[in-house]
Amino acid sequence: MITYALYFAFGCFSLALLFNLYRVAVAPVMTDRILALDTMVINVIALISLFGMLMGTTVYFEASMIFAMTGFISTVAYARFMLRSDVIE
Amino acid sequence: MITEIIISLLLVIGGIFGLVGSLGLVKLSDPMARLHVPTKATTLGVGSILIASMLFFALVWGVFSFHELLITLFLFLSAPISAHFIAKAYLHSYSRADKVPPTGTGAPWGTYGKDAAPEE
Repeated sequence: MITYALYFAFGCFSLALLFNLYRVAVAPVMTDRILALDTMVINVIALISLFGMLMGTTVYFEASMIFAMTGFISTVAYARFMLRSDVIE
Repeated sequence: MITEIIISLLLVIGGIFGLVGSLGLVKLSDPMARLHVPTKATTLGVGSILIASMLFFALVWGVFSFHELLITLFLFLSAPISAHFIAKAYLHSYSRADKVPPTGTGAPWGTYGKDAAPEE
């Protein structure tokens, strides 16, 4: 039963990634792109955790931890660049 | 058996929340409305996936790991900060001090500075 639930969650997050990719490509305002990239990072963290559950190893959690940190820093850097046209002043 | 049901339920709930969060990002019309959907729904979805993963490794495999708690804590700490930065970038790029609604206390919006104070 857990395997079927895992495949269902895989499908949900893959579809969510496709929605995010559409929002990155077609965005009315520039902040939507930042938001879509931030949401993509969060969805990929969920996918990595699900893959670790499917493989039965805890190795992948370091990867998702590093991914969470990098995604947060890049989101803040992109928003700072929009706000001040400079990342580090 | 009961642990399998709980873990599967958490996985399904997390998947649906993640899907709804990204669907709202595509479907809603106002930029500020689009801002609030993924930061809430996706964080909840990932949180429930990580709780399911922690229960899975603790109860099925017999290995207890703290990594999921670390990731959940980091996501819950960093999501409001990034949402604040995105909202601030939107307010300063696509909105003006006379287009935002009043604060209700008579004080001006802090992010626009003292120059945007309404005339008494």
